[in-house]
Amino acid sequence: MDILYRIFIDPFVQMGGAPDLLVQTLWEGLVGGVLYALIALGFVLIFKASGVFNFAQGIMMVFAALTLVGLTEKGVPAPLALLLTIGVMYLLAVAVERFVLRPLVNQPDIMLFMATFGLTYVLIGVGELIFGGNPKKMPTDALFLPSGAIDLKILGGLVSLQKLDIAAAVIASVMVAGLAIFFQRTRIGRALRAVADDHQAALSVGISLNQIWIIVWFTAGVVALATGIMWGARSDVSFALQVISLKALPVLILGGFTSVPGAIVGGLIIGVGEKLGEFYWGPLIGGGIESWLAYAIALAFLLFRPQGLFGEKIIERI
Amino acid sequence: MKDDILLAVRNVSLSFGGVRAITDVSFDIRKGEIRAIIGPNGAGKTSMLNVINGFYHPQEGEILFHGRARRRMKPYEAASQGIARTFQNVALFKGMSTLDNILAGRTLKMHRGFFWQTLRHGPALAEEIEHRKFCEEIIDFLEIEHIRKAPVGSLPYGLQKRVELGRALAMEPTLLLLDEPMAGMNLEEKQDMSRFIIDVNQQYGTTIALIEHDIGVVMDLSDRIVVLEYGHKIADGVPDAVKNDQKVIDAYLGVAH
Repeated sequence: MDILYRIFIDPFVQMGGAPDLLVQTLWEGLVGGVLYALIALGFVLIFKASGVFNFAQGIMMVFAALTLVGLTEKGVPAPLALLLTIGVMYLLAVAVERFVLRPLVNQPDIMLFMATFGLTYVLIGVGELIFGGNPKKMPTDALFLPSGAIDLKILGGLVSLQKLDIAAAVIASVMVAGLAIFFQRTRIGRALRAVADDHQAALSVGISLNQIWIIVWFTAGVVALATGIMWGARSDVSFALQVISLKALPVLILGGFTSVPGAIVGGLIIGVGEKLGEFYWGPLIGGGIESWLAYAIALAFLLFRPQGLFGEKIIERI
Repeated sequence: MKDDILLAVRNVSLSFGGVRAITDVSFDIRKGEIRAIIGPNGAGKTSMLNVINGFYHPQEGEILFHGRARRRMKPYEAASQGIARTFQNVALFKGMSTLDNILAGRTLKMHRGFFWQTLRHGPALAEEIEHRKFCEEIIDFLEIEHIRKAPVGSLPYGLQKRVELGRALAMEPTLLLLDEPMAGMNLEEKQDMSRFIIDVNQQYGTTIALIEHDIGVVMDLSDRIVVLEYGHKIADGVPDAVKNDQKVIDAYLGVAH
């Protein structure tokens, strides 16, 4: 009975006992969740428009952040470096379209998936060649990102909010909202969804696949850049960052691979779930559950709702 | 008017590796006519349509559209010049609604920047309304009002074919290519589809090239028929002439050896 009490009752008693700690944990979970959502968004964009799971999304994030930092280290003013990096992401999109997607058009999805593996290692190689393998520091001040913390005295305690986290949440929300509207309302958004459904039919109504792919990969590149800046500002910019991108997998399974809102909600659930689990239930089994809890949640979802919370039900008439 | 040539196929040959799909085929399509392409299975009919709308590039020969010759063209270029098509096995955007599918056909007609479209404001809003109105007219015309918001993947086959026709019509094509528009339909659905095809042809003056296996329908609908067999053209002319052509009869019924 004691174990049941410790699992089902005690954590909630603790939450009620120290509400300020609960709020702090929730906040940290939400911020982590927003960043997971941003990574997942990059995956969703490409998956929606080409049906390809882009394994290289994580490394694109690192590559974008490295380019930005590398340019500022060479003495380029930060705003200019930001623009140049966006330019580099555009060139990357064009190159991917020309040398990876175009030769593989009409091939099975698994081929394209494997090609993104190849792309990952090309980007790692090129990145190390140009910028070296040492971790770098994101110049947050030059990029006008705030630092320091706001301390709120609420609920009889102290809740500390990092200004950087607030900025991350705001930027992520704006980006996500913009993309969601873009997909729903614009001609290009409709074309993107059309391409995802049927290449041939999309071609026949005058949609240019090449153009759409460049747009999608470029957008995913910009999202990767934003994510890279945010993650890079919290830790260092290094190739180790791409491991975080694996967290996007449970997020996607939870939210559905094709849904922009799903990526956000999935990200938040995973982020908050992780932190709450670690803080309140972790000590029961010795801690460290943060690293695998997300995958466990994803596994449960695969069993009961494989299309995710917001994913499109697969409709097939036979 | 009927003698103006809209599209001419000249000595087109197409092969995939060692397989010859089309061999030295020439024919033309006149403005405003319904032109049928018939032939037994594997005759190269669909390949011919694919050549016309730029999916395939013929190794030899050329295509004249509006009098301009070309050997190669990308599908979206064909689309922007006014060639629309439907597919043998229905190629719709299955996850999208009927309305969105038909709106997708307007892709090339929308010009406002995506920035304004995102905000849904000013000229972009006016444009959106105008296109929506056009699509509603098509929906009305094809009598598919009741499935306007339904995801097309869940619709029965006959209706999917209609939505696909609607998407092609949304492009306001000068040349409409229909690949077996009545395949797998029952008699009633065939009659509906025939009516739509004739109406499109007469009301909008759209030139139509059509592949169809139901010979009765083909004879009733088309102004002229071209017959392919094993990639060669074996007959070309008005329905009555084609019907009595010995080669055509042999191709369809087989020859005693």
